[in-house]
Amino acid sequence: MSTHAAPSAGPRQADQIPADLLAKIDEAVTHYPVSKRSASLPLLHLWQNHFGFVDESGVEWIAKRLDLESINILELVTFYPWFRQQKAGRVSVRVCRTLSCALAGGYEVREAFCKAAGIDPKAPTHGHTPPVSPDGKFSVEFVECLASCGSAPVALVNDDLHEDITPEGTTSILGKYN
Amino acid sequence: MKSLLLPPHPKERRIVFKNAWTQGYTPDIDCYVKNGGYEQLKKALKMKPEEIIEEIKKANLRGRGGAGFPCGVKWGFIRRDDGKPHYITCNGDESEPGTFKDRYILHNDPHQLIEGMLIAAYALNVNLAYIYIRCEFPKAAGIVTQALKEAREKGFLGKNICGSGFDVDMHVHQGAGAYICGEETSLIESLEGKRPYPRIKPPYFPAVLGLYMSPTIVNNVETFCHVKQILAIGSDEYAKMGTPGDGGTRVMCVSGDVVRPGPYEIPAGGVTLGELINDVCGGMKPGRKLKAVIPGGSSSKILRAGEVFKIKVKGDDGQMIDKEVPLLDLVMDASSLAAAGTMVGSGGVIVMDDSRDMLWALNNLNEFYAHESCGQCTPCREGVLWIDKMTTRMVNGEGLVEDPVTLKSVADNIAGRTVCAFGEAASWPVQSFLQKFPEEFEVAAK
Repeated sequence: MSTHAAPSAGPRQADQIPADLLAKIDEAVTHYPVSKRSASLPLLHLWQNHFGFVDESGVEWIAKRLDLESINILELVTFYPWFRQQKAGRVSVRVCRTLSCALAGGYEVREAFCKAAGIDPKAPTHGHTPPVSPDGKFSVEFVECLASCGSAPVALVNDDLHEDITPEGTTSILGKYN
Repeated sequence: MKSLLLPPHPKERRIVFKNAWTQGYTPDIDCYVKNGGYEQLKKALKMKPEEIIEEIKKANLRGRGGAGFPCGVKWGFIRRDDGKPHYITCNGDESEPGTFKDRYILHNDPHQLIEGMLIAAYALNVNLAYIYIRCEFPKAAGIVTQALKEAREKGFLGKNICGSGFDVDMHVHQGAGAYICGEETSLIESLEGKRPYPRIKPPYFPAVLGLYMSPTIVNNVETFCHVKQILAIGSDEYAKMGTPGDGGTRVMCVSGDVVRPGPYEIPAGGVTLGELINDVCGGMKPGRKLKAVIPGGSSSKILRAGEVFKIKVKGDDGQMIDKEVPLLDLVMDASSLAAAGTMVGSGGVIVMDDSRDMLWALNNLNEFYAHESCGQCTPCREGVLWIDKMTTRMVNGEGLVEDPVTLKSVADNIAGRTVCAFGEAASWPVQSFLQKFPEEFEVAAK
């Protein structure tokens, strides 16, 4: 896990904020009348949902919006596993790794997802920068318990929970995200 | 989300799961109101707040998040008239391996949760509440946000709710993938926009110093739903469903090597472990025998097939006597599981059969705790990584002879030496697996 994002080559995210994202940010801040700092996580989510990850300019912009120091936001990005500092696949595959899913074949399911996406199954399994397929379409990673142990093994693909997954079924699941 | 629209098993009694499991039930407010929704809120707004808290106390409702603290007692710590702002927060950060009940409620019956929280808000003089939902439930966050909008439009949320003169607002707050946020003081730090390091105790309860350093009550999703149901059923009737000191129903989430895994809502103490596995869940998978059970989420101590426990029970003459209770006759309630040296915890029952390697299973859990330690306290930050490394090398056939002893020593030196209960949660699996299955660790360490 790197604590300092490499300066991204592309344009700064903070220079490309669309009006609808700004409106959502303004709305989110109103949910925290006692302390604007509470809006840190909501703003990071909105930012990542739009840009796919949070670059250095994003950290600075959110900090400024909430009257905080950049470190107050950066320390959240580096702590919480959900946030990314680098681009991931356009489709995020998060396979549950923990016991009930592992008992039902979760490790085999991750491997099958990797193969179906064209990712080396020996790539790192966890981390803020998951392995991405050569075409940039998919990233596949393990996450800890997704709280659906009764229908193990499961994976979260973008916002969709897929249950009772078999290794053979992974190709058709990825096919739904064209 | 997989729908389990099976009729209830005879041992089940669906109360908080009633709507969520009904064919054709939809999560919108019209469907909820048509089925008697928000009637308990209207009733509560005509009661004295103290009467509501008294009802919750009499119902013997224990928190459903894992620690099992009596809910009414927790609420009783709040002084309504202390002049400070008060907050309530719903803990929807469900992440304890083996536990999977909240998603069904959040997706299928969000208004039940909101009504429970509104009743609590009125009882505790709260004007602002948050529902903390882990971000791995993205659809749940959307559904609950929509439900809050509907409740606001219908006048159940906002200013002067139901014409009572009472104001309360409520928002969804999404987590960001950290298990530690289920610890209530960690959740509060996360809600304040900080790294979620659990707070140093004392004060032991956020009811003293919580969100924004004000009195705060944090309750589990299922707990708030029970609050609504207690008002609907009445505290006496509700308490009677369970055992003394553990009222009502509890969702038992069964996963692992059984024929029918799933979430089952059962009166507290209404089944033995044997009935739960063999009757409710259809038994072990064909040709397999029971080997081990983790009864209350991954942090609870594991039990071994064939174990017999000495438990104090009330004899025919009313005197307390020691009784030998085999594992499968163990009643699934808070006190019986505590007497067996483990806990009912979050209700997550993980069942493993005789094909399972206990070292492998423990290593899986150790990797979980190594990933999820927040890193605030040295014994936990360092210890869980050492534990994970040791069981990993044992699984890979590279264990050292002294590894089982070292493992126990590291676990013993984490438990009780950390700011929060994560230290115990990470140590108890190690200690109990080693104690219950020593032979599997000795073999691996040669």
